[in-house]
Amino acid sequence: MLQSFKLAIKAILSNKIRSILTMLGIIIGVAAVIILVSIVSGYMGQMVEQFEEMGVNKITIFCRNMNTRHIDDDDMYKFWDEHPEWLSGLSPTVTLSSAVIKSGSDNLDSTSITGVSEDYLDIQKYVMEEGRNLVYADMAGRSSVCVVGSYVANTFYGSADKAIEDTVKINGKPFSIVGVIETQDEDNFDEGGTDDFIWIPYTVATKMSRNGYINNFVMNSSDVAYTDDITTALKAKLLDVFKNDRLYNVMANSSVIKSLNESIGTLTAMLAGIAGISLLVAGIGVMNIMLVSVTERTREIGIRKALGARQGVIMQQFVIEAAVTSTIGGVFGIVIGALATKSIGAVMGITANPTVWAVLLSFGVSVAIGLIFGYLPAKNAAMLNPIDALRVD
Amino acid sequence: MALPLIDIRNEYKIYIMGTEQVYANDNISLKIDKGEFVAIVGKSGSGKSTLMNIIGALDKPTSGKYILNGRDTSNMTDDELADIRNKTIGFIFQQYNLLPKLTLLENVELPLLYAGIKANDRRKRALESLGRVGLKEKYAQYPNQLSGGQQQRVSIARALAGNPSLLLADEPTGALDSKTSRDVLNFLKQLHAEGNTIVMITHDNAIALEAERVVRIHDGKIIFDGTTEEYATEFQISH
Repeated sequence: MLQSFKLAIKAILSNKIRSILTMLGIIIGVAAVIILVSIVSGYMGQMVEQFEEMGVNKITIFCRNMNTRHIDDDDMYKFWDEHPEWLSGLSPTVTLSSAVIKSGSDNLDSTSITGVSEDYLDIQKYVMEEGRNLVYADMAGRSSVCVVGSYVANTFYGSADKAIEDTVKINGKPFSIVGVIETQDEDNFDEGGTDDFIWIPYTVATKMSRNGYINNFVMNSSDVAYTDDITTALKAKLLDVFKNDRLYNVMANSSVIKSLNESIGTLTAMLAGIAGISLLVAGIGVMNIMLVSVTERTREIGIRKALGARQGVIMQQFVIEAAVTSTIGGVFGIVIGALATKSIGAVMGITANPTVWAVLLSFGVSVAIGLIFGYLPAKNAAMLNPIDALRVD
Repeated sequence: MALPLIDIRNEYKIYIMGTEQVYANDNISLKIDKGEFVAIVGKSGSGKSTLMNIIGALDKPTSGKYILNGRDTSNMTDDELADIRNKTIGFIFQQYNLLPKLTLLENVELPLLYAGIKANDRRKRALESLGRVGLKEKYAQYPNQLSGGQQQRVSIARALAGNPSLLLADEPTGALDSKTSRDVLNFLKQLHAEGNTIVMITHDNAIALEAERVVRIHDGKIIFDGTTEEYATEFQISH
C-alpha cells in the first residue's frame, strides 16, 4: 500500500506537465463547486437573516375592507381572547399616506405615519431611546400623542431630548411627542429611511383615515410552533367574514423563511449540479490520462506480473495513482475555491464563507473521481497478459 | 526417486490464426530434475518461446499437463500463476527487463515485495543478492547508468533474490557482446555448480553447449533430448 503511494507520487512527478493539466480539470471543478455553493448560500443566507431580523414570530394580515364586510380591532382582540396562549402582541397598522406633517414651518414630506397599538414596539423589536411608548390609555382616550423615529427627532428637533414634549402637526392638528425610538439603521439614516417615521395611536389614525377601516394587522406569535395553527384559524375567521379569499392575505414570516430556505436548497443543489458537470469532465480527463499511462507502461506491467505481482496489486497501483492525482487536484481546488469565495464575497459585499459541506463534498467527489475513473484503466492494466505485455517495446 | 522439478506431459499449445490452427507446441513431454542445467534450443518459430512461457507459468497449455514442483498448473487462475512464478521461478530475460525508474536495489526487491516480505528483510536479501553478482556498491544507481553486462547481472540478482527452485533464462546473452556473454554464462555455470536448476532458452548451438543437457525443438516438437556430448555428436557441432 505504502509502496503504491510512493510509486504513484513517482509516476506523477515523472510527468509533471501532464499531471498538472489533469489536476487542473479537478482544480477548476472543485473550485467551481465551492465558489458557487458558498456565494449562493452566503447571499441567500443574508436574505434569510433580514427576514429573521424582522421577527420569525411575526404574522401579518392584509385586508380589503368594504362597507358590507369588514373586520375591525374588536374582532381581532376577540380572536386573541379566544386563543390567549397563541399571541404575545397584536397591533393594527393604519397607514396615513396623504397626511401633511409639519414641525414648525418644516414639511416632513418623506416621513411615514402609522397608527399602531402599544404592542407595536415589541412586535418590531424596537427599543425606546427617550420618553415612553404609546400606552393603552392613548388608544382608549384617542390622545393626540406620538412616538417618533430618531431621524425625525434629530433632524427636526436637534436631539431626542429636545423632541420630547415638543409637538408635530399632522393635518394641522398638534400631537405631542412622548417618546423617541433608538436608531435602527445607521446606514440608512436618511429621508424616507428606516428611522424616518411617526407612530400615533391607531384609534386616532383610524378616525383620520379616509374610510375609517383598519386594513392591516400585525401580531407576534408567542411561539413559532403555533404559526400554522394561528394562520389556519385566522384564514378561517377571515373567510367567514369576507366570503372570498381574494380579499385578504395572511403572511407568517416563519413560513416565508421556510420557503426561502427551501428555494436556497434547490438553487444550491442546482448550481452544485452544474459545477459537478465540470468535475465529471475532469474525471474523464483523469481516466484518459490513466489509460495513456497504462498503455505507456505496458512493459513495466508485464515485468511486474512476470515477477509475481497479482492482479490486485497492479490494480491498486493504478487506482492509487489516479486517486492521488485527483486528490492533490482536489486540495488545490479547495484552497483556490476558498480564497476566490472570500474575495468575490468581499466584492459583492456579502459574507461568503466556504461551507463545510461544500468543501467536504468536493473533496470527497475528487477522491471518488480518482477511484471511479481510475478503475477502468487499472482493470485494463491488471488484466494484461504478461506475455503480450513483455513483447511490447 | 524424487519428483522431477518440471514434468510436462503431452502438452499442446494451439493458436487459432484466422481459420487455421497453429500447433506452437505439438505433444511435448519433458522432465527436468532438480539440479539440472538444460538448454532448450530451437530456431525462431520453432516453439521454444511458447515452451518457455509454459515452463515459466506465464501461459497455460491448450491441453496436456504441466506439473511444476509437484503442483499442476494447468488449471490455475491468473493470481495462482503469479504466486507460482513469484515463489518458484527466477526469470532472466534477454532484454534484462529492469524497471528504469527504480534503483538497482528496488529492482531486485520487486519479487520479494510481491512475496510479501517485510521491508527490512527485503532490503537485506536484495543487497545480499546484489553482492552475489558483484554489484552491491551500485545499489542506489539506476539501470541506465550501467553497461549491458552489468544490467544482466542485476537481472540475475533479481532472479536469485527470491531463492527460486528454477532459474529460467531466455536468451540471456542475446543482447551482449561475446566477452560479457562469456561472463554471464560462466556465472550461470557457477550457479549450477552451487546446486541451482537452470533452464536456458537459446537459438545458438554454441551457447546451448554450455549446458549439461540439450533439448532441441523443431516445429513444436522435441526432436532431440540428450547430453551435451550426444548433441554435439548428433548435430556435428564442434564443442
